[in-house]
Amino acid sequence: MFGMLRSMILALGLVLVLAGGGTGLVTLGASAAFATVVQPHERMADPEMEERAMALYAQMRCLVCQNQSIKISNAGHASDMRAVIRERIRAGDTDAEIKAYLTARYGDFVLLSPPVNSETFALWYGPPTLLALGVFGIGVYFWRRRRGDDEAEQSREPDLNPDERKRLDAILKGQDETR
Amino acid sequence: MIIELGHFALVLALFVAIAQSVLPLWGAHVGNARLMALATPASLAQLGLISIAFAALTYAYVTSDFSVLNVVQNSHSLKPMLYKVTGVWGNHEGSLLLWVLILALSGAVVAVFGNNLPPGLKSRTLAVQAMIAVGFLLFTILTSNPFERVVPAPPDGQDLNPLLQDPGLAFHPPMLYAGYVGFSIVFSFAVAALIEGRVDAAWARWVRPWTLLAWVFLTAGIALGSWWAYYELGWGGWWYWDPVENASFMPWLLGTALLHSAIVVEKRDALKTWTILLAILTFSLSMLGTFLVRSGVLTSVHAFATDPDRGVFILALLVISIGGSLLLYAWRAPVLKGGGLFSPISREGGLVLNNLLLAAATATVLLGTLYPLFLEGIGGSKVSVGPPFFNATFIPLMLPLVAAVGIGPMLAWKRGDLLGALQRLKVAFVVTAVVAAIVGFLLWGRSLFGVLAIALAAWLATAVLTEFAERCGVGKRGSGPATWWRRAKGSPRASWGMMLAHLGLAVAIVGMAASTLWEIEEIEVVHAGDSVQVGSYTYTFDGVQDVRGPNYTALEGSFTVTNDGRHIATMTPQVRRYVVSGQETTQASIRTRPLGDLFATIAETQGDGAYIARVYFRPMVAWIWGGCILMALGGLVSLTDRRLRVGAPKRRSEVQGASAQPSLGAAKPEN
Repeated sequence: MFGMLRSMILALGLVLVLAGGGTGLVTLGASAAFATVVQPHERMADPEMEERAMALYAQMRCLVCQNQSIKISNAGHASDMRAVIRERIRAGDTDAEIKAYLTARYGDFVLLSPPVNSETFALWYGPPTLLALGVFGIGVYFWRRRRGDDEAEQSREPDLNPDERKRLDAILKGQDETR
Repeated sequence: MIIELGHFALVLALFVAIAQSVLPLWGAHVGNARLMALATPASLAQLGLISIAFAALTYAYVTSDFSVLNVVQNSHSLKPMLYKVTGVWGNHEGSLLLWVLILALSGAVVAVFGNNLPPGLKSRTLAVQAMIAVGFLLFTILTSNPFERVVPAPPDGQDLNPLLQDPGLAFHPPMLYAGYVGFSIVFSFAVAALIEGRVDAAWARWVRPWTLLAWVFLTAGIALGSWWAYYELGWGGWWYWDPVENASFMPWLLGTALLHSAIVVEKRDALKTWTILLAILTFSLSMLGTFLVRSGVLTSVHAFATDPDRGVFILALLVISIGGSLLLYAWRAPVLKGGGLFSPISREGGLVLNNLLLAAATATVLLGTLYPLFLEGIGGSKVSVGPPFFNATFIPLMLPLVAAVGIGPMLAWKRGDLLGALQRLKVAFVVTAVVAAIVGFLLWGRSLFGVLAIALAAWLATAVLTEFAERCGVGKRGSGPATWWRRAKGSPRASWGMMLAHLGLAVAIVGMAASTLWEIEEIEVVHAGDSVQVGSYTYTFDGVQDVRGPNYTALEGSFTVTNDGRHIATMTPQVRRYVVSGQETTQASIRTRPLGDLFATIAETQGDGAYIARVYFRPMVAWIWGGCILMALGGLVSLTDRRLRVGAPKRRSEVQGASAQPSLGAAKPEN
C-alpha cells in the first residue's frame, strides 16, 4: 500500500515536471561559437584580485548565450560584465556586494547558483528532503522487517514451481558444463 | 530509389514492431505458444528492416546524394569520408535512426540468445521492447523523417557543424546510445516481470549482465564526450553541468545504483521491487535525456534539433511510457514478494546506502536541470542553475558515498561487523590521515571539498586494495607472493571487476580535484620569439603558418616547450576556418604527461604579428578519463564472470511447455 502510494505520487510529480517543461518551450538565440575568452588585457595585475575575478566570472551567467558562464563566453556582453566585475573589485567591493550589484541590474537570472527564496525553496531543500525521506523509508523497512522477522522467514516459500525448478537446474547444470 | 527503399523499410519496421508488441503479449496471456514464439522472428525482422533503412541513409551520405534534405543540411562533397559516415548520426534525424537500430539490435540479441529464458518472460520482454520501438519509430517517421527529398536538389550541401567534424563523433554517440538503449532491455525485463508478477533468480541472472553492459557503454560514452569537450572546445574544461550532460549523467547515476541493487536481487533475493523501480526509472531517464536534447526545451551545445512541434509528441510519448510503466509498477509491485532478510549493517545494507545516495544525487541533478523550466512554466521568475549549484549540492552527497564504498565490500552478507571491518582498514586510516594532512597543508583556507575529495580518494584506493589483498590471503600465516598470486588468479572475475571499478572511481576523483585545484592558466599577447612561463614550463612562440585541410584553412601556431632547458614538446594549436559555413573553431594542442596536461591554444588579434596565446597546465586531468577507463574495464571484467555467462545457448531444454508459465491471471496474489 505504502509502495503504491509512493510510486503514484512519484509518477504524478514526474508528469507535472514534464508538463511544466512542455509549457516552457522557449528557444534562445542560437550562438554556440566556442573559443576561449578572457583576453590578455583583461588580466588583473594583482594575482589575488585576478583569482577573485576568475572565481566570480565562473558564477555569472552570460545573458546572451546558452548555459555559459561569462568566464567562457566570448560575447561582447559577457566581456562588458567582466569589465564591471573588475571595476568593482578595484573599487574595493566584496564578492557579495559585487553579486548584489549585478543582480540589481540583471535579476537573479545572472547568478548560476540561484539565491534561496520562496521560489527556489524546493530546488535547494528538495534534495535533502528526499534524502531524509529515503532514510526514513529505509528505517521503516528495517523496523517492519525486524518485527515480522520470524513470520516472514516461515512464510517464505520457493518462488519456483517444480517445472521451473527443473528448468533452472538444467540451466545451471548446462553452465557447469562450460567450466 | 535506394532512399525510398530505406524509407519503406523503416515504415515496415514500424508495422512489425506493432505486431511484435501485441501478439506475443496476448499469446503469453492466453498461453498460446505459437503467438509467443512470434516474438523471435519479429525481433529479427525488425533488426533487418531498420538495418536496411540505416544502410540506405549511410549510402546517401557516402555518395553525397543532395536530393536528400538531411544530407544537404549536414554534409558537403568536400567533407572527409570519415565525417561523411559519422555525419549520418551527427544530426537529429540520423541519430534517431541509430537509436532505433541499436534498440532493434538489443531486442534481437535477447531473441537469439534468450533460449534459456522462460518462454513467457522472453515473449513479454520482447513485446515491451517492441512497444518502445513503436514509439520511437513513430516519432522518427512522423516528425523526423531522415529520408525526406528536396526538389530541386541543390548542387552541394551546407556541411556539418565544424565542432562535430572530429573522430570523437565516430565513437561518442554510438557508445552513449548503446548505454541508453542497453537499459531499455532492463526496462523491458522489469515491465515483463511486473506483468508476470514475479521476479526470480532467472530474472536477476539475465538483468545483471544487461545492466552491466549498458553501464559500461554509458560510462565510456560519457567519458568520451567529456574528453571530446576538453580538447575540442578550447578552454580545457571537462564538465559543464550543461543540461545535456546532465541528461546522460542521470541515467548513469541511477544505472550505477541499479547495477548494485541487482547484485542483491541475484545473491540474496531481496530488494526486488526497488530494483524493478530502479530499472524503470533508469530507462525513463535515458528517454528523458534523449528527448530533452531534441525537444527544444533545453538549449545547449548539443541541441541540434530545436523544433517546438516535436516537443508535444515527445511529451506525449514520455507521459505514456514513463507514466504507464510507473502505474503498472504501482499496481503490480505489491504482488512481488520480498526475499532474503538482512540487518542494516551488512553488505546488503551497504548497497542500500549506495542506492540511497545515488538516488538522492540523481534527484538533485534532475531537479537542478528541470527547475528553471518548471519555475518558468508555472509563471515564476527566470533563474539559472549552473555549476556552482551542482557543486554545492552534488559533491556533499558523493563524499559520504566514497567513504562508504571503502567499507561496504568488507562487510559480510546478511549480518556484518562494522567495527571489525574498520579495524581491518587500519592501513587505510593511516594513509588517509597522512594524505589529508599533506593536502590540507597545501590547500589551507582554499578548498575544504578539495581536501576531503583527495583524502577520501586515498581512503577508497587503500580500502579497495586492502579488501583485495585480504581476499588473496596477504598477511595470512604461511602465505607468500606465490600463494597470493594463485589466489588472486582464482578469485571470481566479479571481484576483479569490483576492485578495478572502485579503484577507477578513486583515480577519477583525484583527477577531478587536482585539475580544478592546481590549474595554472596564462593568457598573453605574443610575438614570434616571445616566451610564456607556466609553472616550470617555458613556452617559446616560434610564429605561425597557414595550413590547408580538406574543407578548411587554418592558422597554425608553433610553441617549443622546455622545462629547465630540456626540450619537452613542440605544440601546434590551430584556428580553423571552415570553407562552407565560414565558422571558426579552436583546435587546442595537448600533451599529456603523467602529472598533468600541457594545453595550448592560439587566437588572432588585430595587431600585426601579435597573437593571443592561452597556455594551461592542467594537473592530472588525464586521471579523470583513466579512472573512467578503469571503471568501464571493471565492468567488462565483471561481465566475463562465469556466473553471468548465461547467454550462451545450450541445448533447448526439454521443459519447453509454455503452459507451465503463469499468466497474468495466475499471478494474482494467492495469499
